[in-house]
Amino acid sequence: MLRDITLGQYYQTDSVLHRLDPRVKLAGTLLYIISLFFFRNFIGYTIAAVFLAMVIKLSHVPFKFMVKGMKAILFLLLITVGFNLFLTPGEPLVTLWKLTITREGMQTAFTMAVRLMMLVIGSSVMTLTTTPNNLTDGMERGMRPLKVFKVPVHEVAMMMSIALRFIPILLEETDKIMKAQIARGADFESGNLIRRAKALVPLLVPLFISAFRRANDLAMAMEARCYRGGEGRTKMKPLIYQRRDRIAYLCILAYLAASIGLGRIRI
Amino acid sequence: MSLILDHVNYIYGADTPLAVKALDDICLTIPDGQFVGIIGHTGSGKSTLMQHLNGLIRASSGHIFFNGEDIYHKDFDMKKLRSRVGLVFQYPEHQLFEIDVFSDVCFGPKNLGLDKKETELRAYDALRKVGLPDELFYQSPFELSGGQKRRVAIAGVLAMKPEVLILDEPTAGLDPKGRDEILHQIKRLQTETGMTILLVSHSMEDVAEYVDRIIVMNRGSILYDDVPRQVFSHYKELEEVGLAAPQVTYVLHELKRRGLDVDVNATTIEEAADTVLKALKG
Repeated sequence: MLRDITLGQYYQTDSVLHRLDPRVKLAGTLLYIISLFFFRNFIGYTIAAVFLAMVIKLSHVPFKFMVKGMKAILFLLLITVGFNLFLTPGEPLVTLWKLTITREGMQTAFTMAVRLMMLVIGSSVMTLTTTPNNLTDGMERGMRPLKVFKVPVHEVAMMMSIALRFIPILLEETDKIMKAQIARGADFESGNLIRRAKALVPLLVPLFISAFRRANDLAMAMEARCYRGGEGRTKMKPLIYQRRDRIAYLCILAYLAASIGLGRIRI
Repeated sequence: MSLILDHVNYIYGADTPLAVKALDDICLTIPDGQFVGIIGHTGSGKSTLMQHLNGLIRASSGHIFFNGEDIYHKDFDMKKLRSRVGLVFQYPEHQLFEIDVFSDVCFGPKNLGLDKKETELRAYDALRKVGLPDELFYQSPFELSGGQKRRVAIAGVLAMKPEVLILDEPTAGLDPKGRDEILHQIKRLQTETGMTILLVSHSMEDVAEYVDRIIVMNRGSILYDDVPRQVFSHYKELEEVGLAAPQVTYVLHELKRRGLDVDVNATTIEEAADTVLKALKG
């Protein structure tokens, strides 16, 4: 039941995108998301969609897999569309009882929906093609300049990778604890809100205890291997830009120039 | 009154690239009162199979009948099934949560909707049955030793008075003494109450002494299903799937090979000692 969450998951396969330097993917995703907010016409969105489609094709990740992740934001999407559709003032098109759909409302609702979907799919392409470890590595390396401002870059990255690593473990653990309690007649699904909240106690107590125990064990294991923070720590696989990374940067730049250049023309 | 599995299949992660066939056409009949050992290597599907028996996992295809009723029928009461087929998971840490041992064991019967008196009576009875000393009843379950925690976990399920008790690796992580104690207790439980018990394990040694029947699982299907001595006679094939017969089997086969006339089918150390002595005298 909990395993169906695909948002932010890694998809194991081999593709150019999987082999790219995580920094390229991070920067690319960030720039892509920013670019989505610059467009004033449909040309921009078309270019963004085509670019995304090409990237997805390159990633070798089945499109079905990405759409599954969209289910998680379906609710958010509906609310956004609903609000924009009915609450934007402007030239009225249809009036249903007290709600009026305006021309402007239609437009904003549509663009918001498209933006949101491309944003989520765009960022899930990154997480689907990058292992969590690689991702935090990329972040650590990319944020290194911030060290000048005394930002604990390494510590933040380490915390992130540990947190990411723990998500599947804790999900699995939750699943097991739930089963063990269901086997003892626990009921997580029926009753009112208060009853359901109470029913969570037999799930949360063992889960917290095990999370603390794991954290403790991990800290011990890290110390036993002489971990003392990022100072003077070297990497087994340092991130070095390859030819493909430079090409990727060029592609991103070309995309940005084309989409923003053409996307900001007023029609 | 029995458990019947009819062509049960289960696929993990169906419709994803990681789909694995965890159970492959399992057909089984488990009559009442039998003590069954289920043996298999890690990932052989034994735990998955056990979770089917009380409806925690729904089979991808096939049917399971409990006392003649199809548990996948829409009118079947799953909650009732779970109280009649008790499942104790491998790690007691996954189910202990109350402030003291006694209230933790009360959790199961309380969920059945029993009144306070009956609940406490059953909890007390269950704790006695697993042989937990009285002075530990009001301690925090988290302060107990591994073996004691496991007893409490078993009591937590026993208190629901199931007709079938399934134990998933009840001896994992215990020292040999703790292991023997738990297994003895389980055997006693079975002879005293006539309960059907399914004991999941990856060690033949654990179950050889106690069970009436052994089911060997390999890659999601049943490899052998027979009385222990018959299963152990396949010790060479068992090795191929990463399992082993009890050490006595090997010793007896080696003795036989060297010319001593022993009965190689002895499964326990006592039987082996008898047949060796007999061979030496004769």
